[in-house]
Amino acid sequence: MTRVLIVGAGPAGIRSAETLVEAGLRPVVVDEGARAGGQIYRRPPEGFQRPPRTLYGSEAGKATRLHETFDDLVRNRLIDYHPRCSVLGLRDGAAQVLGPEGVYSMAHDRLIIATGATDRLAPVPGWQMAGVYTLGAAQIALKSQGVALGRRIVLAGSGPLLTLVASQLIAAGARVAAVLDTAPLRTQIRGGIGMALSRPRVTLRGLRLRAGLGRLYSAGVTLTGIEGDGGSPGAVTWRDARGRGHRTTCDTVALGWHLRAETALAELAGAEFAWSEAWAQWLPRTDASGRAHDGLYLAGDGMALLGADGAEIAGRLAARACLADLGYRTDAGGEARDLRQMRRMGRFASAVAHAFPWPSDMVRALPDEAVLCRCEGITAGELRRSLALSGPEANRAKSLSRVGMGRCQGRYCQIAGAEVIAARAGCDLAGVGRLRAQPPVRPAPLGLLAAGAEARE
Amino acid sequence: MSQTGTTEPGRLQRLAETERPALAFTFEGRALTGLEGDTVLTAILAASPYLREAEFGPERRAGFCLMGACQDCWLWQEDGPRLRACSTLLQEGMRLCAAPSDDWPGPRP
Repeated sequence: MTRVLIVGAGPAGIRSAETLVEAGLRPVVVDEGARAGGQIYRRPPEGFQRPPRTLYGSEAGKATRLHETFDDLVRNRLIDYHPRCSVLGLRDGAAQVLGPEGVYSMAHDRLIIATGATDRLAPVPGWQMAGVYTLGAAQIALKSQGVALGRRIVLAGSGPLLTLVASQLIAAGARVAAVLDTAPLRTQIRGGIGMALSRPRVTLRGLRLRAGLGRLYSAGVTLTGIEGDGGSPGAVTWRDARGRGHRTTCDTVALGWHLRAETALAELAGAEFAWSEAWAQWLPRTDASGRAHDGLYLAGDGMALLGADGAEIAGRLAARACLADLGYRTDAGGEARDLRQMRRMGRFASAVAHAFPWPSDMVRALPDEAVLCRCEGITAGELRRSLALSGPEANRAKSLSRVGMGRCQGRYCQIAGAEVIAARAGCDLAGVGRLRAQPPVRPAPLGLLAAGAEARE
Repeated sequence: MSQTGTTEPGRLQRLAETERPALAFTFEGRALTGLEGDTVLTAILAASPYLREAEFGPERRAGFCLMGACQDCWLWQEDGPRLRACSTLLQEGMRLCAAPSDDWPGPRP
């Protein structure tokens, strides 16, 4: 039987697996999580009591259906499921997998990659302090552990997650000191019209959550710094839309500017990339079904930042593309419906991108002493000074400055680094180029890698 | 070497799910109690403001992304392999450290 490997068990990976099983295949599913669901529909560990309505709000029905679908596939042995496993690299038709039992090689004929996204981060002076987190982290802590990351939290950045996380934290009893959105009201209104036209109900729900934040929320904010207090955040300093300075005391900060597609494995599998002006990042090139080439299919936020609903549809489309390439006949009616839905999701997503833009000016204005690379404490000034020797190409600048070479492998500094380089070089962000993905895409003990290599010989 | 694990108050605030069985563990030699289903990160930060020292700066660290992407929360065990605190569940009797012991290079295959 054809071996199809699915990487990731979030909304996209789960729907891919379901679609392949319906066609009679038995795919292999590798996922980093202990329980399937991905990040947005992440499940707490066994034994937790809060009902789905508390965890997922208006999306509780979708989350529950997705979890049940996957649990049925596992229970009925219709898929070969490997939880707590990370794919480290992809080469010669095999995935190198790190799991609880060590490193092993997994051969496959076709690959569906659904690795999702991380928060997209912009550095704020002081963000290297303990107690500064991503917005996603604040949500994961609440959802899967029932904790708030601090006792007085400032949430800052932009995008739908900002409002959502703030509302969820407040509903759960956490104390939120301020919600600071760098997107000006002007772009939010313009983008909001496009959002409302493509997905009115989702947009209305967002507006209601936003209204619930009341005076905690400010739009058009410029973040100027995070002040320390004994090694933890003590206050966030910021300017409002009219340029007035503010200082909000806190003990915790969560930052995020929408999402950054997690594309390292797609790149290692041979996907090509195109610069997305709307998302200010490089995204893999695929056809409408997520086909990167014959044998490689992408789905979910790791392909295009369409959110969880888009990911479920993309998961089905990618699996059908894979089946079609294998010579299976697929459901043409469902296909047409899904493609139509994807176009609607795409319209909504580009309106979201325009409503909540990447804070380009704020990053370009970072003071020289601000840390740009959190992993290794490299400042914006160090990167700027290295450019005289490296030139403006991203990989050369990385070699010389080490921005992008730390333990996160550039996930949280790459876009900001490109922005700083582009400002200095007088080119646009795309002109800086893209950091090449390097295996292993997760850290792995050398002893296990060596043992894995021996086992292959 | 570090001030992590002293009697400073914890960073996290537990809002729900507090009726779980307790698990005993140590961090930097200090006896602590977490709850079954806690990640190592949650259990430590419920009692301490920090996980570890930064290698490249004066500050300390307490995790960042909580989804296994940033690699900010790797800790050491007194006897055994390193672990990523955000994605490892706490187990009874774990002996965790912010930094490697003197006889590193630790885990052997």
